Amino acid sequence: MTGQTMRSIRFFGGGRCGALLLLLGLALCALAAPARADALDDALAGFTADKYDDTEKAIAALVAAAPPNGAEILAALGSGRLAYEPESRTVLVRHADGKLSLARTGEPASAEIAGKPLKTVRVNNRIRRAVEAGSGAFALRAPDPAKRAAAARAVFRSREAAALPAIEAALAAETDAGARAALEQARAAIIVSKPDAPEAERIAAVDAVAAAGDQDALAILNSLPAGSPQAVNDAAAAGIAKIERWRSIANLIQNLVYGVSLGSVLLLAAIGLAITFGVMGVINMAHGEMVMIGAYATFLTQNLIRAHAPALDGASLLIAIPVAFLVAGAVGVAIERTVIRFLYGRPLETLLATWGVSLILQQAVRTLFGPSNREVQTPDWLQGSIEILGVSLTLNRIAIVLFALLVFAGLQLLLRRTSLGLQVRAVTQNRRMAGSMGIRTARIDALTFGLGSGVAGVAGVALSQIDNVSPNLGQGYIIDSFLVVVFGGVGNLWGTLVGALSIGVANKLLEPWAGAVLGKIVLLVAIILFIQKKPRGLFALKGRAVEA
Amino acid sequence: MRTFLGGLAAAGAMAAALLTGAPAPAAAADDTIKVGILHSLSGTMAISETTLKDAMLMLIDEQNKKGGVLGKKLEPVVVDPASNWPLFAEKARELITKDKVAVVFGCWTSVSRKSVLPVFKELNSILFYPVQYEGEESERNVFYTGAAPNQQAIPAVDYLMKEEEVQRWVLAGTDYVYPRTTNKILEAYLKAKGVKDEDIMINYTPFGHSDWQTIVSDIKKFGSAGKKTAVVSTINGDANVPFYKELGNQGVKATDIPVVAFSVGEEELAGIDTAPLVGHLAAWNYFESVETPENKAFIDQWRAFTRNPKRVTNDPMEAHYIGFNMWVKAVEKAGTTDPDKVIDALPGTEQANLTGGVSKMLPNHHITKPVLIGEIRDDGQFDVVSKTDELVAGDAWSDFLPGSKDLEADWVDLKCGNYNAKTKKCGGQGS
Repeated sequence: MTGQTMRSIRFFGGGRCGALLLLLGLALCALAAPARADALDDALAGFTADKYDDTEKAIAALVAAAPPNGAEILAALGSGRLAYEPESRTVLVRHADGKLSLARTGEPASAEIAGKPLKTVRVNNRIRRAVEAGSGAFALRAPDPAKRAAAARAVFRSREAAALPAIEAALAAETDAGARAALEQARAAIIVSKPDAPEAERIAAVDAVAAAGDQDALAILNSLPAGSPQAVNDAAAAGIAKIERWRSIANLIQNLVYGVSLGSVLLLAAIGLAITFGVMGVINMAHGEMVMIGAYATFLTQNLIRAHAPALDGASLLIAIPVAFLVAGAVGVAIERTVIRFLYGRPLETLLATWGVSLILQQAVRTLFGPSNREVQTPDWLQGSIEILGVSLTLNRIAIVLFALLVFAGLQLLLRRTSLGLQVRAVTQNRRMAGSMGIRTARIDALTFGLGSGVAGVAGVALSQIDNVSPNLGQGYIIDSFLVVVFGGVGNLWGTLVGALSIGVANKLLEPWAGAVLGKIVLLVAIILFIQKKPRGLFALKGRAVEA
Repeated sequence: MRTFLGGLAAAGAMAAALLTGAPAPAAAADDTIKVGILHSLSGTMAISETTLKDAMLMLIDEQNKKGGVLGKKLEPVVVDPASNWPLFAEKARELITKDKVAVVFGCWTSVSRKSVLPVFKELNSILFYPVQYEGEESERNVFYTGAAPNQQAIPAVDYLMKEEEVQRWVLAGTDYVYPRTTNKILEAYLKAKGVKDEDIMINYTPFGHSDWQTIVSDIKKFGSAGKKTAVVSTINGDANVPFYKELGNQGVKATDIPVVAFSVGEEELAGIDTAPLVGHLAAWNYFESVETPENKAFIDQWRAFTRNPKRVTNDPMEAHYIGFNMWVKAVEKAGTTDPDKVIDALPGTEQANLTGGVSKMLPNHHITKPVLIGEIRDDGQFDVVSKTDELVAGDAWSDFLPGSKDLEADWVDLKCGNYNAKTKKCGGQGS
């Protein structure tokens, strides 16, 4: 117990001897101060042993010694920038700009030491965990309340008993309400699993943890140490039951959200096909390759922007959208002019010819870019996830849902509200009549195919964020795309929307209990049965257009 | 399945014979020794196999600079089986009967290897197979230079148990023979170590699976039961990129739930932003980041050969390096490329590997290898966090599966790939 008190004193002895220390007396603070120099030396020596065990101990010692640049040393260790000179066993911090400073004092390293061969302190997951916990202890004193709250949540997850004094000291000094709540939860998480805490306090802590209601809370309550008093166990069991009741509702919501997300990916992949196959009736097996070309256009755009206009890097995906549309659209028009226009009304030949085109395009890309994956980077604003009601949503998925709906709306507007759209509909509904009215049907055919291909290219921009950018990208989506269009009803964009979303949601509701493989099979069988019953899909076109 | 493939192979043979007017004249073949390279250059597997074709071309080129083998130059014969399993058998037959190659280096997936096996047996030729695989096989005509499960999967699980104190396991894989067999072995092994049923979650996904939201969130849920959890991934090929992206996005960090992968190497990581993946693990017998003079020379050679200073090396490339050099030594020892003599000369052949040891061809046609565990770095390379002190001998038949526990492979004394130590008979499973 004394050891722990001592640690808490050293811990907060550096910057401000706070309220806690006033209780214990300034004398102790003064006593602790001279000891720190040796403690820090001991701590740093541990980093030069080149053994994970010693490094781990050194981290604990460093946290206890709490030098002013402690957080910096830990951050350097965590990112592989902490080095040492083996002979003199001097520990050095390597900065992002390549400069070296002494870990002991924070002063720049002399040229003599910097010139010697340095070894990097090795890090593995165990060390990284220790670094996280240690940085948390330092961050509890950060000036930014959001950082303090984040550190408290990290302690909540790790429930490191050693952090309790630090948490309690931080609680006493905390003024921000959000950070305070997080600190209280962190304190509760530690007390719950602390065998020597008073029973009443532990039960109260169980309730506080259960109130957090998330995965981590569940983990904490599930792993109470053996031999806890019955009352604590009972309270924990009640807490677990409460969390799980809520989790089962949250799970359903989560599966629905995942379903919508998968549906939007399917919608994006299929919506171009809804034009080329749905509206024009071309069985376009090269549709997937248009998606792939869009993804590669994104890759090229991103690289060009990075090389020539790094300031625009964050917006490179947005810039890639029109580029991908134009590139894929141009390829689409070229295919229509050179192959497909000779094959209208001959579905079997079209199928084989476009299949051939798809193989040619794949191999061309493979020769041009190589067979391995290309990396399209995710901009910062699309990384990470947000948690709403215990359901975690990744930002890139949310963006794709919105993007898919935007593309859908844009396409509807184009087909319903522009003269090009009117001509497209006229030509597909009655070619000869449209021709007699002065519409250049051949040109409209090429443009429509180009439009469908371009939209597929735009889908490629979005898919580059969640899938491989490789020559095989398109193959994975071609079957699903046809499924969506046929299921939704050929020739109807709304059908494609509803079809994509319902297939997505059904898939995600099936997956948890049937598994990914079986779920997909069940879904396929269900769709086949559905098509048997309603061959024209969900939203069949009625009237004369169907017979054309 | 075997008969079906055999039939196909026979049909392929007839076609080949008709096309080439068998028997092919053995003219002008005397001044060179032909080496067949059977790797997919198109289709889904091109992503992995094209690199191996290039690596073989480099090795042959180097050997020719040293004067070839037996005073003759080596001549590579490259064919493209296009990721199409029956085509592998046809192309193998074409290499052996039409091109008269002395040896074939090739295949990646187990199903492609199974498809060419009857051809190599029937025509009595030699195949070097460079990829880690599920084991449960030992053929006279095949030399396995990749890892058997005891040289990759089991040491990786041991590492997680010891270093990360993992008690709960997710075995996630693509739905085909390699992950299924490996997971069967791992499940038996974990249970033998006292892991309970409810602490093992097994999950299979189709090839090219791209929507990992549900599975990653399931893994998160499974990992929140209060015990340290790890994922053992036999997810193959294209599905890895979306899997790791989803892990990164959902915030599953290596410090919480580490993922150890058996099919993810430097090549695969080249397509991902690895910053969120730092600390996830892979088990291999070779990493590009290993610092030995041999490895440095190999990497320099590879970059010069491909004229790409950023080109990465990987484990199956090292396997081809070892296999090719062993074959060269065996041919020189036998003084001929005659398959029977070379097959007899190969066991016992030693070759320095790139990680500082000397690998040896064993009588069961597997080799000894070190086992390395690496953690992903933010530059897409691996930090070696564990390496076995000694080389581990490849075990063809797993000691943890009931059917193969008693089986032994020995082509030197027993002349048998599946000798049953209990019944003292050759044959039985997998003959």
